[in-house]
Amino acid sequence: MRLSNVFNLGVKELRSLSRDRLLLALIIYAFTFAIYAGATALPETLNRAAIAIIDEDRSPLSNRIVSAFYPPYFLPPQMITQAQMDKRMDEGLDTFALNIPPNFQRDVLAGRSPAIQLNVDATRMTQAFTGSGYIQSIINREVSAFVNRYQSRPSSPVELVERIAFNPTLEKSWFGSIVELINNVTILSIILTGAALIREREHGTIEHLLVMPVTPTEIMLAKIWAMGLVVWVASALSLTFVIQGYMSVPIQGSVPLFMAGAAAHLFATTSLGIFLGTVSRSMPQLGLLTILVLIPLEMLSGGMTPRESMPEIVQNIMLAAPTTHFVMLAQGILYRGAGFSVVYPQFIALFIIGAALFAFSLARFRKALSEMG
Amino acid sequence: MSSDGFVLSPLDGEPVARLRAVSLRYGKTQALDNISLDIPSGCMVGLIGPDGVGKSTLLSLIAGARAIQEGAIEVLGGNMASAAHREEVGPQIAYMPQGLGKNLYPTLSVFENVDFFGRLFGQDAAERERRIRDLLLATGLAPFADRPAGKLSGGMKQKLGLCTALIHDPDLLILDEPTTGVDPLSRRQFWELIDRIRTSRPGMSILVATAYMEEAEQFDWLVAMDAGRILATGTPKDLLAETGTDSLESAFIAMLPEEKRLGYRPVEIRPRSAEDDDEVAIEAHGLTKRFGNFTAVDHVTFRIHRGEIFGFLGSNGCGKTTTMKMLTGLLPATEGQAWLFGREVDANDIETRRRVGYMSQHFSLYRELTVRQNLELHARLFDLPREIIPSRVAEMARRFELEPIMDELPDSLPLGQRQRLSLAVAMIHGPEMLILDEPTSGVDPVARDEFWRILINLSREDKVTIFISTHFMNEAERCDRISLMHAGRVLVSGAPSELIEARGAKTLEDAFISYLEEAATEDTSTSAEVPATPPVVEGIPQPRGRYFFDPRRMFSYSRREAMELRRDPIRATLALVGSIILMFIIGYGISLDVEDLTFAVLDRDQTTISRNYTLAISGSRYFVEKPPLTSYEDLDRRMRSGEISLAVEIPPGFSRDLLRGRPVQIAAWIDGAMPQRAETIRGYVQGMHAHWLAQQAAQSQTGAPSSLVTIETRFRYNPNLESLVAMVPGVIPLLLLMIPAMLAALSVVREKELGSIVNFYVTPTTRLEFLLGKQLPYVVLAMFNYLLLVLMAVTVLGVPLTGSFLTLTAATLIYVLASTSFGLLVSTFMRSQIAAIFGTAILTMLPATQFSGFIDPVSSLEGAGAFIGRIFPTTYYLIITRGTFSKQLSFAELHSSFIPLLLSVPVLIGLAAVLLKKQET
Repeated sequence: MRLSNVFNLGVKELRSLSRDRLLLALIIYAFTFAIYAGATALPETLNRAAIAIIDEDRSPLSNRIVSAFYPPYFLPPQMITQAQMDKRMDEGLDTFALNIPPNFQRDVLAGRSPAIQLNVDATRMTQAFTGSGYIQSIINREVSAFVNRYQSRPSSPVELVERIAFNPTLEKSWFGSIVELINNVTILSIILTGAALIREREHGTIEHLLVMPVTPTEIMLAKIWAMGLVVWVASALSLTFVIQGYMSVPIQGSVPLFMAGAAAHLFATTSLGIFLGTVSRSMPQLGLLTILVLIPLEMLSGGMTPRESMPEIVQNIMLAAPTTHFVMLAQGILYRGAGFSVVYPQFIALFIIGAALFAFSLARFRKALSEMG
Repeated sequence: MSSDGFVLSPLDGEPVARLRAVSLRYGKTQALDNISLDIPSGCMVGLIGPDGVGKSTLLSLIAGARAIQEGAIEVLGGNMASAAHREEVGPQIAYMPQGLGKNLYPTLSVFENVDFFGRLFGQDAAERERRIRDLLLATGLAPFADRPAGKLSGGMKQKLGLCTALIHDPDLLILDEPTTGVDPLSRRQFWELIDRIRTSRPGMSILVATAYMEEAEQFDWLVAMDAGRILATGTPKDLLAETGTDSLESAFIAMLPEEKRLGYRPVEIRPRSAEDDDEVAIEAHGLTKRFGNFTAVDHVTFRIHRGEIFGFLGSNGCGKTTTMKMLTGLLPATEGQAWLFGREVDANDIETRRRVGYMSQHFSLYRELTVRQNLELHARLFDLPREIIPSRVAEMARRFELEPIMDELPDSLPLGQRQRLSLAVAMIHGPEMLILDEPTSGVDPVARDEFWRILINLSREDKVTIFISTHFMNEAERCDRISLMHAGRVLVSGAPSELIEARGAKTLEDAFISYLEEAATEDTSTSAEVPATPPVVEGIPQPRGRYFFDPRRMFSYSRREAMELRRDPIRATLALVGSIILMFIIGYGISLDVEDLTFAVLDRDQTTISRNYTLAISGSRYFVEKPPLTSYEDLDRRMRSGEISLAVEIPPGFSRDLLRGRPVQIAAWIDGAMPQRAETIRGYVQGMHAHWLAQQAAQSQTGAPSSLVTIETRFRYNPNLESLVAMVPGVIPLLLLMIPAMLAALSVVREKELGSIVNFYVTPTTRLEFLLGKQLPYVVLAMFNYLLLVLMAVTVLGVPLTGSFLTLTAATLIYVLASTSFGLLVSTFMRSQIAAIFGTAILTMLPATQFSGFIDPVSSLEGAGAFIGRIFPTTYYLIITRGTFSKQLSFAELHSSFIPLLLSVPVLIGLAAVLLKKQET
């Protein structure tokens, strides 16, 4: 293997890419608008939830409760009757239906602890879960504020003080932007290397390389470094100018350390891209395969939803995927400010996975080249 | 070929096509430049000229496959700009586009291909059967009726193309380079076939484009074209007489404008000098290559001397390229051996590669690099010393006349210059041997001769051994020796003059044909290609209805699409397996019930009560306790590493203060890295804290009454708040949108990319027939997919289907009609398959996940999102899937969601039909 060949071929890849307007546009989009959209598209957990109220009490207290539900968390409450409730919930018009019984205020003041019924449409997981918590605390707050005007009660003896580490206000955009960055690093590195290989095959240029004194290892390494470098630089720029700059997301840890992790990750994903490029015969096949590979990599790596929520077997299988470790590493460094002493296991895992994928893809690439002829 | 006997007076009568001031540009390229022309009817008209002069464009305009930009074209007595006229004359025109089998369907068999066209023209089963039988017999394809079109040889593909064109008895037959890349015997057979068809249908007009001048000499009337203009028209005799030349090739060169002929000299062939050494440069012995049970190269043996020009002659697919690839080490030989300069060919032998230059069949340099960058890259890869690279590149530029175009991109250059660049690149490292695979196909005669002058110089002056393949006979004559190849075997080798002499033939072509015929009689599989019976294609008038919608044509598209789908494993797999995998992944991936969260306690009190508090947390199924925390530093480190997501700090004196009723604080530190998870943890902790307090109060009886109000929360439809139960009815609409839409979009865009869309342009198929026909198989596939998804959901994932299955199925049918229509709509904007895949993915997933109630109900949306949500069919289907899966609902409760769903289908398909183009633009 000659390093000068790897270098020259890599420069060729960069030149080729610089003429491919479509891919360039995709890169720019992925690291600017897509990051911004990913950060802001995540809705607040409770956003304009539809609530209906059956007020059978019609007392000052029940009015007070009704007027406590307002945007942006809730849509203005729909006042309905008991008869309408089932139909409206079946049709999906309301996520919540609150039933305030007759003589509610009287029973509260008499200390009889009357029951309010809260119906939740549990097919709407996100709203159902957090929303019911919100509603319970709103009712409790309003009732006790109302009662306190009439009689004084001791407050709860033990107070629970919550402190949210790293992201005190639970700003969703902090999370969303980094998730999007991680995803786009994976997507682009796979698509760019896969497409670089397919393009050579479709244009017949790979054949040309093979009659020259160039080895498959050199060809593959050249694609890996060139495409990896493009994604690496784009993600560094995006992190600095889009995420930290334009969107002012605070980064807890060391950016150079994260970029080192990204390089290790890119080694693995670009190798994977080569592999997909050897399996597919054409660009459309590469596209379909990429979708089938990327969705599991994204969804099950722990970036979107916590790994804890997946079945044990899925968690274990996903330990073989580079994205899982990259997500852990990125979350550790960027969200929690972890140093190398904390994330070194992820570095080791990425190197092992990268080396295995590289060796496997190289073998596959050699075989594909000899079959392709 | 056509004898003057039955074509009485070709130039009399009404012209079959009349062009006035026709111009056409592709972007910056002027393909046709102000052409006015009358094409005589009832005879064989040839369009001659090299590649890229506008022949194909002109033919596609006349066929009605391409939209007219400027000028007027009348064909068969009507204006081709009018859609009504095109529709009327469409059935009378047959068009066979350029490229071997371009309008055929490679996975369909010979019979199925012809059958498809028969159905498009509304022929009934008996009529199709009879016509196909006659045509296949006439073309000699009958023994191969069941072979997929993709596996036919070039000559057979062209004959099949002819069958599909002739199935409906056209009055005007348009053939675009029908014999390019076909071996001389098949070529001769092809023209004989055309002649016999003309005998039986004397009124038919035939319009042929060709790059073979020898063929054109036999036509009735010729149009010579160059650079989008007409050079001359007339009978071959007229053209020869006008230019005073003896062959059409020289006549054509004589007709070219002055500047193109400038510097043109005929090729001089200098014999190899006598003292040339007999050193062997290339030797092959019994070289064989098999792909599966197909033998591409069959025991090929030859020996080439240093400085020799050795030609390989044969049709496409006869094994020339494979042999060359084995010599370069690109393909390993199955059997036999080859030596270059006495060294056995070895794919890993880097040293030999430095002595060989290779030029492959198609232009295969980097289009994204300039001429100079291409030369420099190859010089570097061949490891030329850095300091001599600039001088070497300059030398190549001078020698191959590339100096004025050094900073151009190859795509902007004419083919001739590109081929010179390829040769310069192959020569950059000063190889002793050149292997050139059809370097001149598609290059105009002037440029071809220039190319050959360079080759002869290299061979005679630099003693470079040249191994070249070609299908031009006049090029073969310039070689020192040639081998004739057919079906993987070398028929004969020798000097061209010897071969002609040995067969007692007039020309090399005749000699080749006689060798081919000899080989064919030995080989039963090829003998069948010789037509046995004369064609019995009769001009039976057939019903040529002008229906707006003909279900037969629609179904013929459906049938064909279904057959293709069955034979394409990747697409079928994606549709069935892919969706199931994705359902599992999304079902588990977007999980909202978080369990087994890790937590640790910093207990500074260490009393029974503080331990009791810890137990309240660790006892729940949501939390798993980790070893206790020892300090704030410990807390900080373990939370940073992600080991714990919740830390609880109990202050010193907690139980004492609690018992005395003094206010006391417990701190909960939550990892905010994932906001969603943090919110969930916060909810859990608050709940458990309240629960613990209530327990304490109940036990001590000292505190205040438990609470002012009791809130009874009833989680309807999914009482245990199971994530899968909530997710699966939401995921099914996503999958039944994205995948059917993507496949439907691909089905149209694929035809655009591969070229078979031209069949839609030139047959009487209407837009709606085309779209609905293509849609139908994907609707069936999607319904099958739906049943599989429901089955998996109910059995493997354990999600109960509580409502009406029938209602769900009816809604699904409407929904997949809508999603496939959506795909067809997307396909009208897309040109490439890759764009169709990603385009459909983005256009379907964004509205489906964000605006259709999958995450937030549509009622929570505002602005554009709310608008999209209200019109997007997924919104309503989602209500139905959730209603039937979780809410025990049936049609009675859900009918209001059916109406918008039903409306979306005609709207989407109507839009697609309006936007679909019936002509190329």
